[in-house]
Amino acid sequence: MTRIITDWYWPLDGWIIAIGILCAASAALLGSFLVLRRLSLLGDSISHAILPGLALAFMWTASRSGWPVFAGAIVAGLLTALASQWLQQRGRVDEGAALGVVFTTLFAIGLILINYGAARVDLDPGCVLYGAIEFAPLDRLSIAGWEMPRAFVVQLIVLVLNTSFVLVLHKELKIATFAPEYAESQGIPVPWLHRGLMVLVAITAVASFESVGSILVVAMLVVPPATALLFVNRLKSLLIASMLLGAVGAIAGHLAAISLPKWFGLRSASTAGMMAVAVGGLFVLVCLVSPRCGLLAAGYRGLSLRLKIAFEDVLACLYRRSERGARSPAKLEEICNRLGRSPFLVQLAIWRYRRLGLLVHSQDGWRLTESGFERAEELVRSHRLWETYLAENLAMPAERLHEAAESLEHFTAQPLRSRLAEEISATEDPHGTPIPPERGTPRKPQD
Amino acid sequence: MNGLCDTWLGSMIIGGGNWLLDGLTLLALGVFGTAPTDSQGPVTWADYNTQVVLIGTSCLGFAAGLVGCFALLRRQALVGDALSHATLPGIAAAFLLAEFFGGDGKRLEWLLLGATCSGILGMWMMMQLERLPRIKPDAAMGIILSVFFGAGIVLVTIVQQTEAGHAAGLESFIYGKAASMLRRDTMMIASMAVAVSVVVGLFFKELKLLCFDEGFALARGYPVSRLNALILALVTVVTVIGLQAVGLILIIALLVIPPSAARFWTNSLGPMCWISAGIGAMSAAAGAIASAWAPDLPSGPMMVMTCSGIFAISLICGPARGVLARLARRRDAAGRRT
Repeated sequence: MTRIITDWYWPLDGWIIAIGILCAASAALLGSFLVLRRLSLLGDSISHAILPGLALAFMWTASRSGWPVFAGAIVAGLLTALASQWLQQRGRVDEGAALGVVFTTLFAIGLILINYGAARVDLDPGCVLYGAIEFAPLDRLSIAGWEMPRAFVVQLIVLVLNTSFVLVLHKELKIATFAPEYAESQGIPVPWLHRGLMVLVAITAVASFESVGSILVVAMLVVPPATALLFVNRLKSLLIASMLLGAVGAIAGHLAAISLPKWFGLRSASTAGMMAVAVGGLFVLVCLVSPRCGLLAAGYRGLSLRLKIAFEDVLACLYRRSERGARSPAKLEEICNRLGRSPFLVQLAIWRYRRLGLLVHSQDGWRLTESGFERAEELVRSHRLWETYLAENLAMPAERLHEAAESLEHFTAQPLRSRLAEEISATEDPHGTPIPPERGTPRKPQD
Repeated sequence: MNGLCDTWLGSMIIGGGNWLLDGLTLLALGVFGTAPTDSQGPVTWADYNTQVVLIGTSCLGFAAGLVGCFALLRRQALVGDALSHATLPGIAAAFLLAEFFGGDGKRLEWLLLGATCSGILGMWMMMQLERLPRIKPDAAMGIILSVFFGAGIVLVTIVQQTEAGHAAGLESFIYGKAASMLRRDTMMIASMAVAVSVVVGLFFKELKLLCFDEGFALARGYPVSRLNALILALVTVVTVIGLQAVGLILIIALLVIPPSAARFWTNSLGPMCWISAGIGAMSAAAGAIASAWAPDLPSGPMMVMTCSGIFAISLICGPARGVLARLARRRDAAGRRT
């Protein structure tokens, strides 16, 4: 571990990770409600919209830090949330559009203010409110004899604030999120709950921008809750899972930021950016393995189905061949040519069926065994029953019959075959070949 | 210590990157955008450069207003926001690739190609994300926006460590072109606007169906996901061309506000497209004119403010869905009932 991550320095890196985890947890906690309420882009909007608040506070006090700037930013953030909510409810504007209108307007006002004030005071808001998490541990504060980074204290306060809000109003938030109408009918002040949530989002966003960079909180508000939604079913587990995912992303992000670039001979990369990328990576990972969306599982199912179809085609091909009177065992190339499939796939099918005892090797070719013949006959019977059924009952044109039956034959078990046989009158398929009879006693249907 | 200071400044830019990129653009527009020529005398709008800026921005406003309608009706109004952030990794990667193979990394065409590629990748991934269970469109946009932008910031820190990247800010290069919109940019924007309008005209019926009844379009055998991709492609073209011309926030504003304003005036798509495109072109032109008349006023923010002003008027007095119209209708209905 220490060899991969060179120059790890606990007093610095330890604090960075601690701050990152706190920021991720408090953002992910609120973000869960935002994602459920389809307000995922609120974080990004607030990060732009606080500019006029900053500019005004700065022009008022002519100071670059302190409470007025913080308060100005929070007021502007709050204004965004409330104005967009008003537009959405009273103006019937689409929620995304309402956010877009409000934050671009506020940002433009902020720029005009700065442009106006720039003549009098030297203002570069980039230096006022935007920090970088890499340097957060340097700005220290002493509390009761313990010296710790200011950002850590701020993030801790925000996390406690958010957690207590969620804990105290847990039941109300839950009902208001999932069944707003019911909540209204029960006398829960839904709009006020919503506004409270927005205030906290604004506070979290502003507190985080100041110390750790805006991209981190924008990412942590959306990605961990969305990831958790892929595998949890309850609100409580959603909250816990998204906070944990955020924390894991923060740790992984910082480790990646200080170790990955070294492999390419570079110094380091942005920690906040890497944390965002890391939670994105976690999302992809969960997509792959989670049982609900489980791309990996779905891919496996799709692949095994395709293989099953390809394999069964080999069996049916051997059956048809012997039906035409060929007595010699079939060679690999011949099967490939008939099916138009790659030798690899056919070889795989042969290997599989040989293990199942459906095929035997004889005179440098392959021959169906008794059970293999039975299995192939079922397939061919299904195929021809379908062809006849489609031609007789649905009057499908002759040239499309084979294609349709070719896909249906793999999903037709014995009970369905009997039903099809009852529906049709002919004993030969439309191409004039006889339909093989059903063998002996009904076996249990294949999967 | 010097080195530390340097990194400190660099990471301030990175930390506030999201914000600063936009800020740089509009500040550039505001402070320098009004006087493209060296002369600081009164800029009239018979001035050649002012005309160039005027035509360029109005064409952009027209195209953005037109395309924005479809994005809005598909409930993806903020797709321009996600998209414009998603271009950053492409720009940085294009620069790094060019430097690695010994080319000139700061050629505009090359950077725009990178921006387009990563924008398309982002949109494609967004469409895939929306297919996942429980991932709503807004969450998909949020994920793409933040993860791509995070990756972009990581790449930009790497760019800053290369020799060529250190000298001049890549992000201000690509996002800050508005300061001096050239004839070439105007030509590019104008041809883009014509192309976008032609495509919208050709597929108008299909896009309309997609916006209002996706299920029906699917049932009638329209290639719904390809049409969806077409809308995203149009947004991508407008955003990438617009980004280097006017900057990030302004392009988002031009994609979102005019369609939202036009929605108050009419309930049918054809007029809505025209009104929205008209509002876009008008406010872009108004912004350019305002800053030509009063060099104190920054043109980019003025365009946004004109847009917002028109939006506010539409919100109150729009005849179809405006607040007053709805109030009157409600009173009317109440009066009839009694």
